[in-house]
Amino acid sequence: MATRYTEDHEWLSIEGDSATVGITHHAQDALGDVVFVDLPEVGKTFAAKDIAGVVESVKAAADVYMPVSGEVTEVNEALRADPSLANSDPLGAGWFFRVKLSDPSQLDALMDEAAYGSFSASA
Amino acid sequence: MSDTNPPPLLHTPLHALHLELGTRMVPFAGYSMPVQYPAGVLAEHLHTRTAAGLFDVSHMGQLRLVGPDAAAAFETLMPVDVIDLPVGKQRYGLLLNDAGGILDDLMFVNRDVAHGGDIFVIVNGACKVADIAHIQATIGQRCSVIPCPERALLALQGPQAVTAIERLCPGIGKLVFMTGGQFQLRCGNQFVDAFVTRSGYTGEDGFEISVHADHAETLARSLLAQTEVRPVGLGARNSLRLEAGLCLYGNDLDTTTTPVEANLNWAIQKVRRAGGARAGGFPGADVVLAQLAGGVAAPLRRRIGLRALERIPVREHTVLQTAGGEPAGEVTSGVLGPSINQPVAMAYVAAAHAAAGTRLHAIVRGKPVPMEVVPMPFVPNRYFRG
Repeated sequence: MATRYTEDHEWLSIEGDSATVGITHHAQDALGDVVFVDLPEVGKTFAAKDIAGVVESVKAAADVYMPVSGEVTEVNEALRADPSLANSDPLGAGWFFRVKLSDPSQLDALMDEAAYGSFSASA
Repeated sequence: MSDTNPPPLLHTPLHALHLELGTRMVPFAGYSMPVQYPAGVLAEHLHTRTAAGLFDVSHMGQLRLVGPDAAAAFETLMPVDVIDLPVGKQRYGLLLNDAGGILDDLMFVNRDVAHGGDIFVIVNGACKVADIAHIQATIGQRCSVIPCPERALLALQGPQAVTAIERLCPGIGKLVFMTGGQFQLRCGNQFVDAFVTRSGYTGEDGFEISVHADHAETLARSLLAQTEVRPVGLGARNSLRLEAGLCLYGNDLDTTTTPVEANLNWAIQKVRRAGGARAGGFPGADVVLAQLAGGVAAPLRRRIGLRALERIPVREHTVLQTAGGEPAGEVTSGVLGPSINQPVAMAYVAAAHAAAGTRLHAIVRGKPVPMEVVPMPFVPNRYFRG
């Protein structure tokens, strides 16, 4: 199971032809206390970089981008009910949605953990 | 190619303390200011509502108006009773332009200006340079306009603020809301002179403390050493003031809004209204007095409060529509209120939609979010009136 990262500070955990997507520690720290998430509809298809959702803290709102093209297969209803999971466990219980990849080669353009580590350190 | 480098950010006298506390700093009104401390905006907001929060608001402008004619002169700039304000009392004021638009909102205190004292004025940080130039240009011949850049401003806000500050200055709790005085605050083995008012920008009981920059850090550390007190940043300051129904200049007030449109009629005392002993005589008086009289001159739009009926935050610049899809107005401030756990907003809407109970739709990401016009404040004020 590989993990990839985007320049929008999202992570993807890849299993076969599916990926689970969430926001990184860096993203949740920059946003502050998350009070609201808007998640995509299950069954909806997105192109990479489409806006798929929103995450809002008391002080700011940020778009959540679809990191790769594909169809949303599941969303995290627990996160919708308790948006603070994005702060307390962003890489685990605070996941946003799962997507079935329509073009797995898009993963090659994303960062691995080391590359994201230096990217976010300079962000 | 033009030089687009912004000027370097100014630092408040508490800058080093903020960095020591692990604050996240952001540019605001030309200063590097604390937006949140490690506790985060939610915790800081809730702590201020239950205990006491310490805010550095040293970016705000402080100035003194001195001279026997200062009160009468200052009155020519605002639709407000300055002359009759008793010694030691504080009042809210509005600088207006010739169209009745609001140049800035401010607080002022009569520190016995009639007997050699001054009118002490606090204006918004982002407006202070323009305000001082405006006041100097308009009434500088009638009184001395003395900016006080050497002074810091701290706000101690919350139901336990009085308990904390009383340990530094026994008896200061006798001040009531919107009064002020000169005090000595005990900080360790030294006394710090400060001008303290019982007021603030959170809807809670609390104090604003003007102190020489040289003593600001000493005072801040002494206040933070009190068990009730934690540092609070500008993020929570915004959510606290919005829940309290208080306007933010630049969002909810600007040069295109008049006091009547902004629902600040309470700030215009009778003596300056039609039929009053000193009616008019301020910039834009024709517009403002006509709007106050109502009828055909009544303003076309009003500032109102809105509460969302779904748990979706509605932010500034969000378009408002009627249930039938007609334009109704625009949100000027919005937040998910941490104390009421509900999205709330201020907005300007057409007069026909301003009544409490009116249902409107905020268009958030293309989808209508139902909202209801409600009276403000969203959280009851808890000022200490004695």
